[in-house]
Amino acid sequence: MAQPHVQVTGLCVAARGPGGSEALIVRDVSFAIPKGQVLALIGESGSGKTTIALSLLGYARPGCRFAAGTVRIGSTDVLSLDDEELYRLRGGQVSYIAQSAAAAFNPMKTIMDQVVEGTAIHGTLTRSASETRAVELFRALALPDPEGIGSRYPHQVSGGQLQRLMAAMALITEPELVVLDEPTTALDVTTQIEVLRAFRHVVRERGTTAVYVSHDLAVVAQMADRIVVLSEGEVRESGATADILERPRHDYTRSLLAAARPKPRTTDEPREDTPLLEVRDLGAGYGRVGADGLPEIRVLDAIDLTIPRGATLGVIGESGCGKTTLARVVAGLVPAARGEVRFDGEPLPTNLHQRTKEQFRRIQIVFQNADTVLNPAHTIRSILERPLAFYRGVTGEAAGRRVAELLDLVKLPGSLADRRPAELSGGQKQRVNLARALAAEPDLILCDEVTSALDTVVGAAILDLLAELRRSLGVSYLFISHDISTVRAVCDDILVLYAGRKVESGSRSALAAPPYHPYADLLIASVPELRTGWLEGLPPRVTIPIAETHAAQPAGLCPFLDRCPLRVPGLCDRLAPPRQRFPSGKEVLCHREGEDLARHQLNTAITT
Amino acid sequence: MAEASRAIRASAVRLVLNRVAYGAVTLLLVSAVIFLITSWLPGDAAQELLGQSATPEAVAALREKLGLDRSPLARYGAWLRGLATGDLGVSLAANTPVADLVATRLPKSLLLAAVTAVVSVPIALTIGIVSAMWRGRRLDRSLNVATLSMVAVPEFLIATIAVLVFAVKLRWLPALSNAVDIGSASQFFRTYAMPVLTLCFVIVAQMARMTRAAVIDQLNASYVEMAVLKGARPAHVALRHALPNAIGPIANAVALSLSYLLGGVVIVESIFNYPGIASLMVDAVTNRDIPVVQACAMIFCFAYLLLVLVADLVAILSNPRLRHR
Ligand SMILES: Nc1ncnc2c1ncn2[C@@H]1O[C@H](COP(=O)(O)OP(=O)(O)O)[C@@H](O)[C@H]1O
Ligand code: SF4
Ligand SMILES: [Mg+2]
Repeated sequence: MAQPHVQVTGLCVAARGPGGSEALIVRDVSFAIPKGQVLALIGESGSGKTTIALSLLGYARPGCRFAAGTVRIGSTDVLSLDDEELYRLRGGQVSYIAQSAAAAFNPMKTIMDQVVEGTAIHGTLTRSASETRAVELFRALALPDPEGIGSRYPHQVSGGQLQRLMAAMALITEPELVVLDEPTTALDVTTQIEVLRAFRHVVRERGTTAVYVSHDLAVVAQMADRIVVLSEGEVRESGATADILERPRHDYTRSLLAAARPKPRTTDEPREDTPLLEVRDLGAGYGRVGADGLPEIRVLDAIDLTIPRGATLGVIGESGCGKTTLARVVAGLVPAARGEVRFDGEPLPTNLHQRTKEQFRRIQIVFQNADTVLNPAHTIRSILERPLAFYRGVTGEAAGRRVAELLDLVKLPGSLADRRPAELSGGQKQRVNLARALAAEPDLILCDEVTSALDTVVGAAILDLLAELRRSLGVSYLFISHDISTVRAVCDDILVLYAGRKVESGSRSALAAPPYHPYADLLIASVPELRTGWLEGLPPRVTIPIAETHAAQPAGLCPFLDRCPLRVPGLCDRLAPPRQRFPSGKEVLCHREGEDLARHQLNTAITT
Repeated sequence: MAEASRAIRASAVRLVLNRVAYGAVTLLLVSAVIFLITSWLPGDAAQELLGQSATPEAVAALREKLGLDRSPLARYGAWLRGLATGDLGVSLAANTPVADLVATRLPKSLLLAAVTAVVSVPIALTIGIVSAMWRGRRLDRSLNVATLSMVAVPEFLIATIAVLVFAVKLRWLPALSNAVDIGSASQFFRTYAMPVLTLCFVIVAQMARMTRAAVIDQLNASYVEMAVLKGARPAHVALRHALPNAIGPIANAVALSLSYLLGGVVIVESIFNYPGIASLMVDAVTNRDIPVVQACAMIFCFAYLLLVLVADLVAILSNPRLRHR
C-alpha cells in the first residue's frame, strides 16, 4: 500500500483541569487515511472526537496542549509547524466544518464575505473569481438561489442551508483534507439527508480526503470507508465500516450499536380506555390577541388528541412545528386561543390564572435541557423539597424521607442529595429533573425532548426508566421528540405534527406500514438505516416546483403543500384537505386516497 | 422581496423611534425630579439676594417678583414651558437671562469634553483591544495593573499632582486654564493639556477595561474559533471578526465613561478654574441661584440621556439581526 495521506501516530493531548492539574484527554491515538477516503471518528460526547479532529489543523483549544505523538498530512508534520506555517495550513491545506453552523458563522458579516474569506486570507484567488467559485459550490450543494444567497446574513437562512454554506466555505480553497465535526447533528432528519447527500457528492467528486466526526452510527455508515471507535480519549476499535457494523469486536462498540437500534419498551396488551387528557380543536400561539380572538403568531391549529389513562402518546415533528407549544398549552403555560382541553373528565381552564394548584400538580412538564430548570445554586435536596412543600405540603423529616424515595425511584444514589447540579452528569441531571416532576405525584408527565441532549446509551437508560415508572406508578406521558425511532420505542399512539397541524395520527402499529401522510413518509424514509449503502440506494427526491401561488389562496390549505412530492395540482392548492380515517385506524390529513398513497410508498415500511 | 425589505426597514425605524420616545419620557421625569429637589434646597433665594438685614416686606416683594409665591406645580409648569421654548429664566445672582450664561459657558464645556473624547476614545479602544488579543500574557497583565490603578486614583488627586509637577515644579504649563484668548495651537495646548490629561486618566482606564471585556467575550465565540481554523491571523480575527460584534457593548462602555466625564468635569473645572458649565453650576449652587442650577442640571441629564441613546442606536444599527429582521 502506498504511503497514507493522513497519518496520526501516538497522539496524546493534555488539558488543564479545574484544579490546575493536567490530565490526558486523548491517549495514544493512531490511525491512517489513504488519499480520497473518508474516515469516521465515532464516540459519545467527551470521548475526544473534536480534540482529535482539531489536531489535524494543528489546533488545541485554550487550556489544552499536544503532549505527544505526530500528525502527518502528506509530507507535512503538522504538530511541528510554526505559527506562520499553521496559518497557511489552516483553511488552505486542511479545512474544518463545525458542528453548529449557526454558531460558527459570524452574525455581523454576510455569508459571501465569510465563504470567500479563506481565499482572501490565503491569497489564492481574486475576490470575483472566488465569488464565482462560491456560487458554483452553492449550486453543487443544492442551495436555493445560488446567486443571491451569499448577500444574506446568517440569521436569514435556515440551519440546513447554513450547514451546506459552511461546506462551501470549507471547500472553496480546495483543501486536500476536510474535517467535518458532527456536521448534521443539529439538523432535522429530513434536512440532514439533503446535507449528507450534498457532502457525499462533493467529497467523492473532488476526491478529497475527509474525517467525519459523529456520534451517530447510522449516519457514519453512509459517509465513511473506515471507522475509528473512541471512548474516554482512547481508540477502542477500528476497521472498515461494514466490519464494525456487522462484526463489532469490542463491547463498547456493541453497546453503541444496541443503543442505535432502540427496542420497544411498550406492550401491545389491551389497556383501559378512560381518557385522561382530551384535546379538541385546539388553536394556540404567541403575541397579541387580535379582534378574531386569535394570537398574532399562530402556532397550533385544529389539534385533536386523546391520551387514555396510563398510556403514552408520542408527538413527532421537525423543530419549530409546535411540539413544545402543545406541551406548554396542556401544562397551562401558554393560553389556548381556541378549543378545549379536558383532563380526567373536567374541562381545564384555558386561562392559566384560573387553574387550581391541584390542576397544576397533576400535570408536570420535563424539558430537554435540565440545566435551565435546575437552579445551579441549590442542592438536589432543596430542588426536590420545593415541589414537595408546594404541592404536597410535605416538609421537615417527611420531606427528607421523600427525597430519598424519589432519588431511589429515578435510580440515583441517595448520596447525590447534597450535591449541586453542576457536579452531575447530563444523564443524572435529567433524572433529577424527572424526580422533580415526580415529587408532585402527577397523573400526566409532559416529556419534551428529554433524551435529545443526551448520548444514545444514556438516553436509552432514561427511556427504560420512563417505561418502568409507567408500570410502577401508572403515570401517562405526552412524549415529544424529533426522533421517530425513540417515539416508536416508547409510545402507544403517535401523532405527527407539521407546521402546527396534525397531519397523521394512530396507534404505533398503524404507523408502521403505509399508507402514510406524505410528510410522515418523508420523515420515515429520511431516518438513516444502520447499514452501508442506504443513502446511495435512496431514490432522488422529487419535488415539483409550485406552479403559481394564487393571489387569494383559501385558508386551511395543506401545510405540506410546497414540499409534497405527491401534490395534485388544481386540488391541493385550491381546497383544504379532508381528514380521512383509513382501515388501519389512522387518521391522515390529505386529499389522496389511502390506496393511492400506499402505491407510492411501497418501500417505506418500518423494520424494527 | 422589495416589500419584505421595506417591512424590515420599518421595523428598525420603529425600534429607533421607540428608543427616542423612551429618552423623551425619561427626560420629562428627570425634569420633575430636578425641579422637586431644587425647590427643596435649603435657603431662600430672595433672602439670599437681599442679605440678612432686609426687611420682611422687601423679601416678600422680591419673592413675588421672582414668582416664588406661586404653587410649586404652577412654577413647574411655567418652567417646563420655558424650557421648551428655550427660555431658561433669569439668573437671580447675575440678573441676566440664564440662556445667555449658558451660551457663554456651554461651548467651552463641550470643547473640553470633545477634546477629551477625541484623545481618550482611540487610546482606550487600542488598549482594550490589544490586551484582549494578548489576554493572559505579560502585556495584558501589565496593562491590567496600570488601568486598575488609574481607576483607583480620584481625579482631584491627579489634577493636584499634575499642577504640582507641570505648573509648580517644571513650570511648563499654567496652573489655571481660563480659556480666554486662545490664538495659537500652542496656547490651545497649554490651556487644555492638564484638564484633558486629568479627565482622560480615569475614563481611558474605564473604557479600556470594558472594551477588553467586550472583545474577550466575542473572542470566546465559536465563530472566532472558526476564523482561526480558516487560517486567519490574530489581528484579523480580533479586528474583522470579534470587534464588529463588540460594537454594541463598546458603544455602551464609551457612553458610560463619557457620561462619567460629566461628573469629572465638575471637579476639573473648579480645580483649573476653567469657565465651563460645571463651574457655572457650582457657583450657582453656592449662591442659591435656582434657575441656573436647574438649567445646568437639565443640561447634564440631557447630555447623559443623549449619550446613552446614541449608544443604543449604534448597537441597533450595527447589528444586522436588528437591521434586517
Ligand atoms: N479546553 C478544554 N479544557 C479542558 N478540558 C477540555 C477542553 N476541551 C475539551 N475538554 C475535555 O476533553 C474531553 C473531550 O472533549 P471533546 O473533544 O470536545 O469531545 P467530543 O467531541 O467527543 O464531544 C471532554 O472530557 C472534555 O470535557
Ligand atoms: S393534500 Fe396534497 S399536498 Fe398535501 S400532503 Fe396530500 S397530496 Fe400532498
Ligand atoms: Mg464534539
